[in-house]
Amino acid sequence: MTISLHVGFIPLVDAAALIVAVDKGFAAAEGLEVTLVREVSWSNIRDKLNIGLFDAAHLLAPVAIASSLGLGHIKVPIVAPFNLGLNGNAITVSPALHATIMGEIEGDPFDPMATALALARIVATRQRSGAEPLTFGMTFPFSTHNYQLRYWMAAAGIDPDEDVRLVVLPPPYMVDSLANGQVDAFCVGAPWNSIAVDRGVGHILHFVSDILTRAAEKVLAVRQSWSEKNPDVLAALIRAAFRATEFIDEPGNRAEVARLLAQPERIGVDADVIRRTLDGRLKISPDGTIRESDRYLLVGREGAARPDPMQVAWLYAQMVRWGQASFSPQALQIAKAVFRPDLYDAVLGLEGNSRDRASNVMGTFAGPVFDADDIAGYLASLQMARRPS
Amino acid sequence: MGAESSPKIVIVDESPIRAAILEEGLREAGFTGVVHISEMQSLLERIYALDPDVILIDLENPSRDVLEQMFQVSRAVRRPIAMFVDQSDAASIQASVDAGVSAYIVDGLKKERIKPILDLCISRFNAFSKLQNELDRAKSALEDRKVIDRAKGILMRLKGLTEDEAYVLLRSMAMREKKKIAEIAQSILTASELLK
Repeated sequence: MTISLHVGFIPLVDAAALIVAVDKGFAAAEGLEVTLVREVSWSNIRDKLNIGLFDAAHLLAPVAIASSLGLGHIKVPIVAPFNLGLNGNAITVSPALHATIMGEIEGDPFDPMATALALARIVATRQRSGAEPLTFGMTFPFSTHNYQLRYWMAAAGIDPDEDVRLVVLPPPYMVDSLANGQVDAFCVGAPWNSIAVDRGVGHILHFVSDILTRAAEKVLAVRQSWSEKNPDVLAALIRAAFRATEFIDEPGNRAEVARLLAQPERIGVDADVIRRTLDGRLKISPDGTIRESDRYLLVGREGAARPDPMQVAWLYAQMVRWGQASFSPQALQIAKAVFRPDLYDAVLGLEGNSRDRASNVMGTFAGPVFDADDIAGYLASLQMARRPS
Repeated sequence: MGAESSPKIVIVDESPIRAAILEEGLREAGFTGVVHISEMQSLLERIYALDPDVILIDLENPSRDVLEQMFQVSRAVRRPIAMFVDQSDAASIQASVDAGVSAYIVDGLKKERIKPILDLCISRFNAFSKLQNELDRAKSALEDRKVIDRAKGILMRLKGLTEDEAYVLLRSMAMREKKKIAEIAQSILTASELLK
């Protein structure tokens, strides 16, 4: 018997596991007839998942937490039994800001502390001269992009709410906004950073893996109530996504994966641009400079697909740090329950298998070591934090 | 603004026709303070300058995520804005998402004052998509007719048929192949392109 599912996604490379699961027939092999629905906003994805128009969705990990906690919108408990990708974002700056940072920097330009300190000096100079604050684009209030930008800046003493402007921009508008000077920089997922570089309007300053070595980015999200009513369907979906990540990780399949993702009704950009992301081999400057990193985007590799409770606790701590949520042990429990490694392990027969377990480190470039069991202590040890209002 | 005067409503929609239909409906219902924004650049600044009580945005608009930023307490925001829906309003969300519209309401506006605005919005959005569908159907019917006319012309020329005979031939082929006449006509056009 075939089960028909509607799954929402945003055209980004980290939707790869879902797109490949459907377009390579892994979903069909599990008896699922999946209709992928391309959406234009995370708000739409969240709402359509919440009210049941979607059975599952490609979702920002922090939105899954916010929805479960009822932050910013109605409260609908969401569970995430599968990570679609870790990392994958980059910080891209305008040629003018890039030149200014390179003029200020002391040390390695790939060292986020060196760039953050340079940025702090630039911000201070601008404040003294009465210039407008620098504007940084990001994709959503509850997004890793938001927290990654903030984490990076705050490490050098920049207050992301006072010293610069952080604005939400839909990813397809990012490149134009950088070109016309509406923003000076942005943090966004693939392929938009590469598109800015190709158009000569941006330099990739950092891969976010410079800031955090493992950051849960997008998850396969379903309503908790749905997961309880449809355990077998969810298991089939997890297996299909898992097969897809194995396929994507095989270097010999990359060309085909890039071609599948490039289709107009999927991501709809050149396969070549997508290929760079999959290979972690990105052109970072309009002059053609290439930077390689095997950590740029992790799909399946290094146990990336297994939801890591440490990650979800870190994201919740960032929400508290920046005043989006108030801290309570109950809320932390709810947040932690969003990520379901138990479902992942049970479906894939990995119980008791420690090989896929995350290393239990966030790998942040600066700041106190994150302790998921002492978030209050962690927050108190940070130099900069908002009080929730 | 006072709670009893007409609330200020902003419509964010890149479709001028749909926005006009909605705006007209709102005015007829006595909501006089309606402003339409069709330009998405610096959207938040425009909205802050207008200081609305209600913001209506279509779901095809990627800038919906920009509006979500209004929930965040930050330097740029003068007052927090909450979506009108609360936990009890799941049916309203369903109806508005189905219609393709979303509403954001400034805190403090009473729920009973919001309901008529949203209901009107949903019905106008539904009316617009019905209109759009009819228009699309009419357009495609017109396209079909053009294709069929051209295919008839080819058959008349190549096989020396009258117009009626050419049409009968197309129709019988369509019935045999279980296809639409326009599809058969299209394949004749494609074939004749190839054989040119």
